[in-house]
Amino acid sequence: MALLKAHELTADPWTVIDGTGDPSGVDHPLITLESWVLHSDKLGCVNTPLGIFLKSHQSPVELVDDLDRFSVIALDFPKLSDGRAFSYARLLRQRYGFQGEVRAVGEVRRDQYLFMLRCGFNTFEVGDDVDLAGWADAATEVSVFYQPGSDDSSWAFRCRRS
Amino acid sequence: MYRYDEFDRALVLERVEQFRGQVARRLSGELEEEEFKALRLRNGLYLQLHAYMLRVAIPYGTLSSQQMRKLAHIARVYDRDYGHFTTRQNIQYNWPKLVDVPDILAELAEVEMHAIQTSGNCIRNVTADHFAGVAADEIEDPRVYAEIVRQWSTLHPEFSFLPRKFKIAVNGTAQDRAALRVHDIGLQIRRNSAGKIGFEVMVGGGQGRTPYIAPTIREFLPKQHLLSYLEAILRVYNQLGRRDNLYKARIKILVASTGVENFTKLVEEEWAEIKGGELTLPEDEHRRILDYFSPPQYQDSNGASKTFETHKTWNLDFSRWCKTNVVSHKRPGFSIITISLKPIGSAPGDASADQMDVIAGLAEKFSHDEIRVTHEQNLVLAHVCQSDIYEVWEALENAALSTPNIGLISDMITCPGLDYCNLANARSIPVAQNIAKKFEDLDRQHDIGELKIKISGCINACGHHHVGHIGILGVDKRGEEFYQITLGGSGAEDAALGDIVGRAFGYDEVTGAIETIVDTYVTERRNGERFLDTYRRVGLGPFKEALYGTA
Ligand code: HEM
Ligand code: SF4
Repeated sequence: MALLKAHELTADPWTVIDGTGDPSGVDHPLITLESWVLHSDKLGCVNTPLGIFLKSHQSPVELVDDLDRFSVIALDFPKLSDGRAFSYARLLRQRYGFQGEVRAVGEVRRDQYLFMLRCGFNTFEVGDDVDLAGWADAATEVSVFYQPGSDDSSWAFRCRRS
Repeated sequence: MYRYDEFDRALVLERVEQFRGQVARRLSGELEEEEFKALRLRNGLYLQLHAYMLRVAIPYGTLSSQQMRKLAHIARVYDRDYGHFTTRQNIQYNWPKLVDVPDILAELAEVEMHAIQTSGNCIRNVTADHFAGVAADEIEDPRVYAEIVRQWSTLHPEFSFLPRKFKIAVNGTAQDRAALRVHDIGLQIRRNSAGKIGFEVMVGGGQGRTPYIAPTIREFLPKQHLLSYLEAILRVYNQLGRRDNLYKARIKILVASTGVENFTKLVEEEWAEIKGGELTLPEDEHRRILDYFSPPQYQDSNGASKTFETHKTWNLDFSRWCKTNVVSHKRPGFSIITISLKPIGSAPGDASADQMDVIAGLAEKFSHDEIRVTHEQNLVLAHVCQSDIYEVWEALENAALSTPNIGLISDMITCPGLDYCNLANARSIPVAQNIAKKFEDLDRQHDIGELKIKISGCINACGHHHVGHIGILGVDKRGEEFYQITLGGSGAEDAALGDIVGRAFGYDEVTGAIETIVDTYVTERRNGERFLDTYRRVGLGPFKEALYGTA
């Protein structure tokens, strides 16, 4: 797996800790919600940034009081047709003001890339054989937006009025 | 009519090029069918039993003559000389070749049309009353809001992978010609006691195997909040709608299982967070779009109604057609003409390329360059001066487009059924044809009056049988075709699901059963009431007795 950020490949410092495995001693652990629920006391004071992975039925709303503990929130697209994480990303950015990294994992395809960017995702877990030029194109092949998103792109109502 | 500005034009052209690239990646093998499927479905391209099917959006069912000519041209050049107008005010082509589709889309873009979001689990083409702008009691033209919703929903980054498809309809008169209560969201334009315009919001209607009549979740939503309220509904649905079972994924199931009260509470809570924000409709943007739909300049013609009345007196065929296919316009001296696409013995909703050209010509000459598609699969010329009606009728007559049956028993909605559809249990088109033949006598049809028969070949309900005054549903009984009949359904302002009358009928029995039902109605009716009103007054009893005897 490779990690995409601003249309470029970037190093991924995070280590995924599956299930409720013990993350202590791991640098940049990316833990599950179950693990957080179980170990939150202990994890509250570890000396490394924390990341969390949410399955598509796990809303980040469950974490609202703890959001500032996480540097990364990874949202899952378990299959192409499961679009719940689009709403989660927007809520994180717009309602809860989450400033950290929102990462798209799972079925992350170039043809959804622009939608994801517009919902506030900023890193993307992609296959190692990623066609970087194709992804960069996908981010620009539509330039008109009819609705506000969670990125800073302008949209038609506003463009027409200015 | 709405005209594209630079933003709309840029978007549609960019989408054509994007899809051209995707088709190229598919043809080169870079994209597997599975992945390509998700992309082509965003552009209205289905893969059916034998060929691709392309569904082109006709937003809120309004077309210019130029656009209709383009649809005819596409039928002629890329398809088999015809197109099929659907119950959702779209047009479908049944035989396009994959390599041609980007070119078809490019041709459509030339006349400001596209196939975006005509399939897939996203917000589909927004539909509206086909008499928008010309009905006498209209509060405001629903197409203004349908266009606003169309724009907001186009390539919505958050709502392009919903649990299931999502259909929104808007209506602006007391009569509901948009079937609001069987939509995921129905918006009824209302004026409140303070004279302000807004919407009654209905959510969670639908047909298919579990039909629901949509409950109202808000009596009055001020118009400037339309988009934020829709965004709240969609956000609740996108997070909570079921994704584990295709048949339970529509919002109607979420509304029913959460309970209307709880669902409403969720929406209102979400809305409270975003209300008054960026999505608030600015007055100048509302004006901009409203102006596109301002009424045309009607030229009064002196003595218009006099020549019209004279022709009616002298020509019985014309006068009969006028009785069903011509209704009054809000402007005196003008009329609304409905062109039936249900001639006896044909597939409902089909029009040939030549017929489309004829209609385009008539609209250009006599109806301010505008055509509408109805959800009952007919076409409308909405602004015809009464002195021109006779000439229009003659031209329609020459093009086999003058069937005088709007609203009558032979103006049926019929799904493709076993003849074309791989999900079917039973044939539907031949059943419709048999019924049409049985009631061929126009005097009899007129005597029976308004009666909506709707036929589906299986429980998916493409033919809207649940809301037919008489609904016919094809079922399979040990490999044989049977038909279950329901009575008393309606998709209009008095929306209701039909009641099952009793044991199903075989293919050979169903036409006779319909005749028995109609005869029973004629015996029972009082003071010229409609079939539906008689049924609602007397209930199933007399019909059951006539069909099955008293035993
Ligand atoms: C020929 C092949 C066709 C197939 C395989 C097909 C398949 C389906 C399926 C599976 C559904 C159920 C979807 C759901 O419940 O979410 C459905 C619903 C529907 N279809 Fe079709 N269909 C076909 C043709 C048509 C045609 C030609 C029309 C229009 C004239 C049409 C109009 C509709 C409508 C209005 C619904 C109801 C949607 C609702 O629940 O509100 N279908 N169709
Ligand atoms: S109702 Fe059934 S038979 Fe008819 S078109 Fe739809 S899926 Fe096919």
